[in-house]
Amino acid sequence: MEPLTDAKRPALKNFLARNRPFIALVVLLTACAISNEYFRSPQNLVNITRQVACSGIAALGMTFVIIAGGIDLSVGSLLAVAGVGGVLCMNEIGSPYLAVGAAFLVPLLIGLAGGAFNGFLVTVGKIPSFIATLGTLSIYRSLSLYFANAGTVSSSNEIFREVGNCVLLGIPLPTWVFLALAAVFGIILKHTAFGRHVCAIGSNENASRYAAIRVRMVTFGTYVIAGFCSGVAAFLFSSRLNSISSTNAGLSYELDAIAAAIIGGTSMSGGKGSIAGTVAGVLILGIISNALVMWNAPVNLQGLVKGAVIIVAVLIQTRRTKN
Amino acid sequence: MERALPLPPCENDSLLEIRNLSKSYSGVRVLSNVSFSLKKGTVMGLIGENGAGKSTLIKCLNGVVSPDEGTILFDGKAYTQMTIQKALSLGIVTIPQEFTLAEHLSVRDNIFLGCESKKAGGLFLDHGKMRNTARELLERLGCSVSPDVIAGELNVAQKQMVEIARGLNRRCRLFIMDEPSTVLNSAETEKLFQVIARLREQGVSVIYVSHKLREISAICDAFTVLRDGKYITARETAGTAPREMANLMVGRELKDIYPPKIPLPPPDAECILSLQDVSEETLVKNVTFSLAKGEILGIAGLGGAGRTELAEGIYGIRRFVSGKVFFKGKEIRITSPEEAVKAGIAYIPEDRQKSGTVGEFPLAWNITLVSLAEKYCRMGFIGEKKEESAAEKYIAKFSIKAPSGRIRMNELSGGNQQKGVLAKSLDTAPSLFIFDEPTRGIDINSRSEIYFFIRSLAEKGTACIVISSDLEEIIGLCPRTLVMREGRIAGVLENDHINEKEIMYLATGIQQQENSWNPSQTPNARP
Repeated sequence: MEPLTDAKRPALKNFLARNRPFIALVVLLTACAISNEYFRSPQNLVNITRQVACSGIAALGMTFVIIAGGIDLSVGSLLAVAGVGGVLCMNEIGSPYLAVGAAFLVPLLIGLAGGAFNGFLVTVGKIPSFIATLGTLSIYRSLSLYFANAGTVSSSNEIFREVGNCVLLGIPLPTWVFLALAAVFGIILKHTAFGRHVCAIGSNENASRYAAIRVRMVTFGTYVIAGFCSGVAAFLFSSRLNSISSTNAGLSYELDAIAAAIIGGTSMSGGKGSIAGTVAGVLILGIISNALVMWNAPVNLQGLVKGAVIIVAVLIQTRRTKN
Repeated sequence: MERALPLPPCENDSLLEIRNLSKSYSGVRVLSNVSFSLKKGTVMGLIGENGAGKSTLIKCLNGVVSPDEGTILFDGKAYTQMTIQKALSLGIVTIPQEFTLAEHLSVRDNIFLGCESKKAGGLFLDHGKMRNTARELLERLGCSVSPDVIAGELNVAQKQMVEIARGLNRRCRLFIMDEPSTVLNSAETEKLFQVIARLREQGVSVIYVSHKLREISAICDAFTVLRDGKYITARETAGTAPREMANLMVGRELKDIYPPKIPLPPPDAECILSLQDVSEETLVKNVTFSLAKGEILGIAGLGGAGRTELAEGIYGIRRFVSGKVFFKGKEIRITSPEEAVKAGIAYIPEDRQKSGTVGEFPLAWNITLVSLAEKYCRMGFIGEKKEESAAEKYIAKFSIKAPSGRIRMNELSGGNQQKGVLAKSLDTAPSLFIFDEPTRGIDINSRSEIYFFIRSLAEKGTACIVISSDLEEIIGLCPRTLVMREGRIAGVLENDHINEKEIMYLATGIQQQENSWNPSQTPNARP
């Protein structure tokens, strides 16, 4: 059940207002496809989805956190430390199959633990999420630098690389994982009591408490989801190159993830948002970066375009709430 | 249309005259052809039910919105619309319900916010001058607050005085006070009235918006009635009884809004809740009482007497630090609302916007907010059909005026929102229902419906606690009431002993009465 948007507005306007990110995605995709022949090649389109998969997965978790009224700045650093931990553990294990298993499980566990720590700081420590995760952003990055001696850790496990680069039905594994997680999280957000409670807390935390919702548990849960997403992304990230850089991996992913969620219509003040919107936001950012390369735009100006898109998205959002 | 055109020319002694003011929001007419005039140095009451157009009229006067049609004559000059700056420069100052003080600044800085005194050619603030002027203004109001105190440390009554002082500093000629007494206790209200009287003597006019008709009688020279966005009448207050005002407001003869009083349960009725010597961290001290099945128990008292704190303790929002709580005969220790709901306790919080509703959610989601996981989910997934039909059921049961359960909560009127809140708690099938100010800011029809609902709940055996600052409500609804003062139970009144005088004596402690309460007569009173 969707809330009525505005009974007094015509149906078309309501439709446009509700589907803004998807319309923007379609328009952008069409414009780029028409204007650039390299862009529209199927291989390029598939590449885009693979390029955005890791930060996209982080954005899925971020959506939960932001809707519940928080923010998680540590997702990129957590990805790095989870990836470094995974590869280091893998290198300690003799059997190549067991090693790949470890490379999958260890980042997940590190991600969950890191997310749980964030959630603990915010719910039990009652530290504002921006500050708490700003702290862990630094802590997790520092840990990854320490364990990797500020360098890159690599493995020579070929199975690991094969898993990371495998392609099913023409679509690479990271894309599959991204889409699968998006489907699962979309259902959780929209059709479970947990998802409803996440929205309620972001919308009115006080009323949620009086309504006997376990506010702390649910808020904690959103950070654990974000940590889980970092863990999954870490596995995909490190397996593709069979190595992970402690300095660069996941750098500024938190910004991409926040940007994607906001472009997708998630409200920065919490309470509103959708996974489908975030997926659209992720793809919009990916297409813009890719198209700029195709058009030979100066690399250093890519951030300018991305920033402008974010600002416009927020402008539209605030104008909508004012009306 | 209530008034024929054209109007007589502006009289000399009128400060404000409104002619044929109309305003629509997205096609819905909320003000149509409203006209009235206000003399210099008089206090005019503006009354009307929720949605009568009072707020819109205020917003037209202080420049927050522009009227579609009509003229505002202020001090002989005609304006077709106001802006916030223009209204302020003319001396029209609104004292809003939510105060607009900068909490971190001092009282002095707040009073001079936007019109600071300067010295040294306008380079530096003239703190000394501002402090002296602020002190003079506050003294004029009989307010003993120091100009150097930080605004955030003041209580609401003091903040209100600072707002008024700020208005005076801007050479205010017309104060618009929007329900100023809702946040005040009776002593503070009395003081506000003195200030208003003083303002009137100084030639300042006041538009006093209130639901409380007795206050209108007490303080206003005349009153204007709005109903459904239309001007109904303007009369002198002298010679108009509050009852007549109420009839003018609702537009028909008011029947009794209270159901017949439910009798006290028999002495052998099952005890639902019993508190023994309970204290809470902040306010509640040594409270002992018990509540039987099917009883409606009132809790009266002034603001800050600890009534809400007591209720929140029972509901697990706050912690009791000592004493025992028995629920249905068993000792329980509730530490969170989840546990309270599980045990069968429901609580309707006093602040509907802040604690009772999720305004951005549809009505249906609000109704199922508490019981969602328990009643509407299978394997964690929400059964949306089930949820929707439950919402429809409650919309019909409470006759909530909503097109469907999908309408956003904050688009509904206060009364309909409150009914949604009641539905939310009813859906958990509680055996104890605590209502905290259940009818605050609600129109008279919804209020009556809520009273009948409470009575029917009690008839079916639910134990009800009604916390209210509205004495009429306590008197009209409860066969037994506790009166709290400074965190303690000052007394218990039953049946005929429940009247305004006795409640106020107990609540203020000004004149201690012989207590009409005899524990042996009270059902389930424990020694």
